[in-house]
Amino acid sequence: MSDILIRANNLSVHFPLRGLGFGERPVVRAVEGINIEIEKGSFFGLVGESGSGKTTLGRAMLKAAPISHGEVIYTDDEVNYELSTISGDELKDYRKRAQLIFQDPYAALSPRMTVRDIIAEPLEVMKLTSSREETDARVREIAAMCRLNLEHLRRFPHAFSGGQRQRISIARALVSGPKFIVADESVAALDVSIQADVLNLLNKIQRESGITFLFISHDLSVIAHTCDFVAVMYLGQIVEAAPTRKLFADTSHPYTKALLSAIPSLDPDVRGNAQKLEGEIPSPINPPPGCRFNTRCPHAQERCRSEIPEWRELSAGHHVACHFAEELS
Amino acid sequence: MTDSLISVKDLTLRFKTDEGLVTAVNDVSFEIAPGEVLGLVGESGSGKSVTAKALMMLNAENAVYDEDSQITLSVDGEDYDVLALRGARDQLIIRGGAISMIFQEPMASFAPAITIGEQMVEQLLIHSDMTRAEAKEISIEMLTRVGIPEPAQRFGQYAFEFSGGMRQRAMIAMALSTKPRLLIADEPTTALDVTIQAQVIELMKDLVEEFHMSILFITHDLGVIAQTADRVAVMYLGNVVETGTVRQVINSPAHPYTRGLLNSLPKLNDLEAELSPVPGDIPSPLDRPSGCVFHTRCTEAAEIAERCRTEIPLTTVGSDNHKVACHLASGEGKA
Repeated sequence: MSDILIRANNLSVHFPLRGLGFGERPVVRAVEGINIEIEKGSFFGLVGESGSGKTTLGRAMLKAAPISHGEVIYTDDEVNYELSTISGDELKDYRKRAQLIFQDPYAALSPRMTVRDIIAEPLEVMKLTSSREETDARVREIAAMCRLNLEHLRRFPHAFSGGQRQRISIARALVSGPKFIVADESVAALDVSIQADVLNLLNKIQRESGITFLFISHDLSVIAHTCDFVAVMYLGQIVEAAPTRKLFADTSHPYTKALLSAIPSLDPDVRGNAQKLEGEIPSPINPPPGCRFNTRCPHAQERCRSEIPEWRELSAGHHVACHFAEELS
Repeated sequence: MTDSLISVKDLTLRFKTDEGLVTAVNDVSFEIAPGEVLGLVGESGSGKSVTAKALMMLNAENAVYDEDSQITLSVDGEDYDVLALRGARDQLIIRGGAISMIFQEPMASFAPAITIGEQMVEQLLIHSDMTRAEAKEISIEMLTRVGIPEPAQRFGQYAFEFSGGMRQRAMIAMALSTKPRLLIADEPTTALDVTIQAQVIELMKDLVEEFHMSILFITHDLGVIAQTADRVAVMYLGNVVETGTVRQVINSPAHPYTRGLLNSLPKLNDLEAELSPVPGDIPSPLDRPSGCVFHTRCTEAAEIAERCRTEIPLTTVGSDNHKVACHLASGEGKA
């Protein structure tokens, strides 16, 4: 399997909190023992509620969150990095290869820079171009790819709508020629009509340039339409992962099922059949023992409260962490 | 028409700005019957929130209401001319009396330095003649009703101690404790996770039944509308372009914009379907297109483009009161 671009082995991200002066310091276990592999050129979806640790996982893969345990290995045609120990020039080089698109296009762009400067900034900071002409040529090329015209480049972000701003953010992430992009809730703040436009653009970029995407979203219907592969996250762990088709055809984990049924149906005649999930996601400081989902799972049994479910392969490429996956699927 | 709880007629609202008068709402009419849920759908900038705020006269000082605009609230056999109400005392009826509102951002809707309980009690004291002790009792009862665990302890806590879903529940509890006839819910579930959204929708449906109140449900999510509304009004750039029952609008949309919104939604039962966005962006309200406001983005306007560019489409009424404002729909029996 040499066509894996980035893989996490037993990855954990912990944030220690200030203690009370005695006993052990409490620790937020944002990501706990995760194993994932993202294939080159794939569109990998990561879905979960707020507080599930999706953003932290995405950032750890960019070395933008501390890696407490385990390792993250990045391999492309030229380099091979181990992110938990990477530093100095290697880290600088990794920054060119891995980029992030943020959620809120209103907060991500400096209001005091023109669009041209915003897109050109990574080139200048990373010293990727040697002359102003070269920078401008590169900016124009990327802007055209993201459907921004030359007129737009002279303006400031306030003159743009949400969809246009998100296209500017995308252009900035693309300009350094990355191989791996983490798109963190990149369409969550957009209207549905614009959301479809941005999703189509991301898909087109992925098809044309072969960039590998880690697409983070809380919306399974968006994930279903854009991603090749989906991982479902709950309270710092991945509970189910499979190729998109398979996951939707053969949903096995009760949490994935609950997420799916919570999506409001477009059919006014099909109302109120959402399999309701009681309560809210527990605190990652003190996760429940056994299966972390047991406090909200409608099928939870004694075993779930004491024994941590194994991460196992149900069928080729379809992994799940649930004691009773076979009975439930 | 006297059987409607609130009736909005020819509402036109402009804002005075440095760049001139900006039309935010243009000639909007709708009615809500007692116990009915009306969904108001549209993109950001379509004027949904401004319309809703007009019902409570909550728009900023620089709002100018057109002379023909008429909002009538009918409560207990009495009609109130909402736009003529002046002064805090007269406006009590539309601000928490017969109309309550839930806002989109539950974090920003509570005062951070006053306990949740104190805020709930305060408004009950204003709107009724109950004592502080009674108000506290009712508030705790409402918190229980919306499913907040340990309501008596929660009563004394601050907004930051609540999670997002709980804040929205507390907001609903607060809005309903005065027993309003109309609840305005402005994107009440947009900031919430789908699982919590499902809980909140369920809760709102139960409450409508229990209190027999009407809801004006504002959202950009047609899925949420399909699950909650009885009737739907679709807004675009300040205009209502289509109104009908939820089945009419979602199953046989008559306006190209409504069709565009539906086509841009990812559908779980058809993963192969291309997402087709409504092309372009919503124009600036400073620069409203002539003729049909939607013609700059309409993919179907090519057929009779000239007319769409110049002539404002009239609202035509189809079968079962399905209304649409589009040249293409009128006279062709499409509606």
